[in-house]
Amino acid sequence: MATETVSAKPKNNRVAPPSMLRRHGSQLGIIGVGIAMWLSFVIAAPAVFTNANIYLAFMQTTPQFGIIAIALTFVVITGEIDLSFPSIMALGTAAFCLVTASFGQHWILGLIAGFAVGALCGLVNGLLVAKLNIPSLVITIGTSFLYRGLELVLMNGTGVPMTAKNYPELHALLRESFFGVPVQTLWMIVVLVALWVLLNRTRFGAHVFLVGDNPTSARLMGINVVSVKTRAFVLVGLMAVFAGLLTSIYGYYFWPTTGDGFLLYTIASVFLGGTSVFGGTGSVVGSFVAAFIIGAINAGIVSAGINAFYTQLAFGLVIVVSVVLQTVIERRIRRQSLTGR
Amino acid sequence: MSTAAAHKSQAHTSADAPPVIELRNVSKTFGEVRSLSGINFKVHPGEIVGLLGDNGAGKSTLVKTVMGFHRPDSGGEIFFQGKRIDDWSVARARGLGIETVYQERALCEKQPIWRNMFMGREPRTKWGLLDVKKMREESARLMSEHMGFTSAAVHPDNVVTTMSGGEKQGVAITRALYFDAQLVILDEPTMGLSLTETKKTLDFVAGIKKAGKSAIFIDHNIFHVYPVVDRLYVLDRGKVAGVYDKSEISMDDLIDRLYRVARSGSLE
Repeated sequence: MATETVSAKPKNNRVAPPSMLRRHGSQLGIIGVGIAMWLSFVIAAPAVFTNANIYLAFMQTTPQFGIIAIALTFVVITGEIDLSFPSIMALGTAAFCLVTASFGQHWILGLIAGFAVGALCGLVNGLLVAKLNIPSLVITIGTSFLYRGLELVLMNGTGVPMTAKNYPELHALLRESFFGVPVQTLWMIVVLVALWVLLNRTRFGAHVFLVGDNPTSARLMGINVVSVKTRAFVLVGLMAVFAGLLTSIYGYYFWPTTGDGFLLYTIASVFLGGTSVFGGTGSVVGSFVAAFIIGAINAGIVSAGINAFYTQLAFGLVIVVSVVLQTVIERRIRRQSLTGR
Repeated sequence: MSTAAAHKSQAHTSADAPPVIELRNVSKTFGEVRSLSGINFKVHPGEIVGLLGDNGAGKSTLVKTVMGFHRPDSGGEIFFQGKRIDDWSVARARGLGIETVYQERALCEKQPIWRNMFMGREPRTKWGLLDVKKMREESARLMSEHMGFTSAAVHPDNVVTTMSGGEKQGVAITRALYFDAQLVILDEPTMGLSLTETKKTLDFVAGIKKAGKSAIFIDHNIFHVYPVVDRLYVLDRGKVAGVYDKSEISMDDLIDRLYRVARSGSLE
């Protein structure tokens, strides 16, 4: 048995609690990559990167996908994936626009409708995945087309202007800077704190880890796997709608194509943040930091005066290098704790 | 099935309190495979019941049905302390005080010990948030007090993957013990354990009886089972092939019958 070899290790190898490096190795890795990248930007274009404007720019745009990345972390920890959130962004925002318009610009009703649609989309995803045991990779491609198609039919393919004149309250809440700090980033911090507590300090969060680690063990100990997974998908649905509103208000216009192009940034943020594709481990702080790294590459390359064609190349390099680093670090840590060396 | 023995053991304890757990006419079918058929089974308060049978006899399925992991086919009934319970589930069973040390250990190996120890019933603070501090401290205390790990050797933040087989089993057993269960089910608890670890586990089973609690003990090794149990069920191909009070059968006789049932499907 494989476990027997383990007992041959030196007796006193686990006297100390796991070190900081062992417990937070992958998070430290991602923060290191972030700092290294930032330094290289500063060296490449000091005039741009010592000026606050560049930071303000990507603090406005990063949360548009970063907020979803934080929620998506839950789904990935349960061992699943959701590819339909770009469509939920659009469908939820469409519901917001339609309800607001048909009830005399009643934006609160619109918000309720938008979030209800997001939750419902998440619920459908979750039940299809957890209750019917359909691989999430497959079914959320399907629901992605379904939600997008529904939205295009509802909106008849046309957009809705979302100027400050039409939606003064939403502009105040979701677009105006707050004491000079982009409000989008403040919202992302609010989401991070709330979801950190949800993941690390509630029973639901504890069960997210257990379900992703070993669903059979979780069921044997009385955890409702279907419910845990479904709730994680609902969370993504809700945050997708929030991000859809942020994005549309930021651009003064709701495009029926809202969400296109967000898929890979968001998923890359989750994996870059150290959340394991195998489920059971992950961190919302990691996703938060990783989202800003990806946002910074986008804004940074262009502002540094480098040809924009290099953006994708930089993305690729950063993602591949950090995922490789994480895997190597993790394997090292694992071997260390097994052999005591 | 030796109905005479079943009747006898029933008469022998019927004056006492109702059984902790009782299964009546429980069957379980998976697709076309019938794993259990017409099982009648009970455990009295303060009783250690042994469950014997060859591989595939239905022992683990029976345990998982008792725990609410499998739902019995219609017609089967489950009683807890004399009360029929229809919405039986793992959460319900654990809530009523039934804990199991599963053959497969039911651990989440990428998680630290403290998360495993309180799996499915995590303590909360008065604010409704997870009491992580308590989970860590209690895990450390339990590991040193109950499993004899010196408190420095195993830290509650250690991930289960890094532990030896015996240590993992220690976590699974301590978890069952901690919640002060009325009935503890041990499914092959000594599998893959060293001699000292096995002895520790058997002592633990004996301790359950001393504490006035009940247990179901499943093990391939009849030399482990026979000394600690009060009553024995022999399962064969999903049926109860026989029920014996320990007083009415010697170990040699039992071994003979187990060989016979494996060959012919009949104990006589």
